[in-house]
Amino acid sequence: MDDKLKRDIILDNYQNPMNRGLTDNSGYIKVNTRNSSCIDNVDVMAKLENGVFIDIRFDGEACAISTSATSIMIKTLIGKTISEAESIIDNYEKMINEEEYDPEVLGELNVYDTVSKQPSRKKCATLPFESIKKIIALAKEER
Amino acid sequence: MNREDFQMLNNDIVYFDNGATTLKPKCVVDEVVNYYTKYTANAHRGDYDISQIVDSKYETVRDKVRDFINAEKSSEIIFTKGTTESLNTVVFGFMNTFLEKDDEVLITKSEHASNVLPWLELAKRKGIVVKFIPLNENHEVTVENINSVVTDKTKVISLAHVTNVIGDVRPIEKIGELCQNKNIIFVVDAAQSIGHIPIDVQKCNISFLGFSAHKMLGPTGIGILYGKYEYLNKMIPIEYGGGMNSYFESNGELEYKDLPERLEAGTQNIAGVLGMGVAIDYLNSLGLNNIHNYEVELKKYAVTKLKEVPNIRIYNENSNSGIVIFNVGKIFSQDLAIFLNHFGICVRAGNHCAKIVKDEINVSNTCRASFYLYNTKEEIDKLVAALMEQDKIFDIIL
Repeated sequence: MDDKLKRDIILDNYQNPMNRGLTDNSGYIKVNTRNSSCIDNVDVMAKLENGVFIDIRFDGEACAISTSATSIMIKTLIGKTISEAESIIDNYEKMINEEEYDPEVLGELNVYDTVSKQPSRKKCATLPFESIKKIIALAKEER
Repeated sequence: MNREDFQMLNNDIVYFDNGATTLKPKCVVDEVVNYYTKYTANAHRGDYDISQIVDSKYETVRDKVRDFINAEKSSEIIFTKGTTESLNTVVFGFMNTFLEKDDEVLITKSEHASNVLPWLELAKRKGIVVKFIPLNENHEVTVENINSVVTDKTKVISLAHVTNVIGDVRPIEKIGELCQNKNIIFVVDAAQSIGHIPIDVQKCNISFLGFSAHKMLGPTGIGILYGKYEYLNKMIPIEYGGGMNSYFESNGELEYKDLPERLEAGTQNIAGVLGMGVAIDYLNSLGLNNIHNYEVELKKYAVTKLKEVPNIRIYNENSNSGIVIFNVGKIFSQDLAIFLNHFGICVRAGNHCAKIVKDEINVSNTCRASFYLYNTKEEIDKLVAALMEQDKIFDIIL
């Protein structure tokens, strides 16, 4: 993927993010995550049925990388099972941390494959995944 | 002024994050290096020459600090690791026994975390009541507003001299007078004002004062707790060990030293103390009033120039210090700071550790440019020129 296309995808997801805005409907697990640099502050909520993500929503204040990564993560994970999601999260985090990973499972999330060059932005790119990991842990407890 | 003294400025950066920490002049760096290369020894200990040199230098710095804030006695000056330790020592070493349940402490919503959280923690532990002084339309504290919330339960007023987000300068002399008249203890967080504005603890009737050396050209990890002797002498030490005791026996008999040693257990940050002493000399040679006037001149210039930037919003136009906080359009403050970094401009983004000031200025994140004596109008022009390129932000940061 060339840099311009990556940038366009990130910018589009920042300016028009998927599923921004929370819902009062029942059946959701909701968590709040803040960047330890004390700026980003994002709520993520997800609804699972039979171990499958059927909806994920978010709201909050965050930078361009963090907001767009949340949007693309939501697009990627809706319809996936918990174990599929866990594999995506694992490969994504390996990509961000410059370890060996499988780009095949990441789809559009591959746009962040050069974030590791800006260490200060790694936390921004992984922030939504911190939220979804918390949600998965809570979902497993509920079972 | 004096840019040639600051080696960091050779790195081709525009450093506008002085509210977080300041750069250090060569003389301060040299003194720290001298301690480690010419007279490394512990203070208050040895019978050999270099130890005597260190001991004498160490205590001379205490006298310099005394004069710098016009304290009455050198024994009222305690070395700490910084403002945070100083304020926590006041709360947990003094207020913990001095205050009783339902006693009231007045602070504001624009205080730094280190002048909020210790009080909230003491409220949880002891049932004291923390109240917020209402601020005026410019987010400033006035004596009238303080009077409107003082009750017969008010025992303490604890305020920053200059706040680290809005940068307003509090009228501490008048507030000190009010505290004297109503028998209230006055605690001042001088982190943002020390080295910028002269402070006279006696004239302002300040009971306790805390500050850090690294925000006034000195090293990190060293700061000051000032306490009026009658209060400081009632402080219960938080740390016990070497240097603070006169003797102890196996049967439990013991005696602690007098001030200031009683509150300085263990080996102190000697290199930091010596560096701070040189920073004080340096600031005195320039004159604090000259420094303050210059910063205010830079701030006024910045506000005028920044107003030419499309979509900018400045939140603290009227404050009388070298701090400007702003946002540009809908750009998230952290994205803007990363964009400015591309131009070699260092600003801070976020809530600046004052997490409840958002209730006052109705915005939770901003960019902050904070100026000091070595900054110039040309550097402000560079900031303005970079912000004029705001349309290119996502090409640059993504």
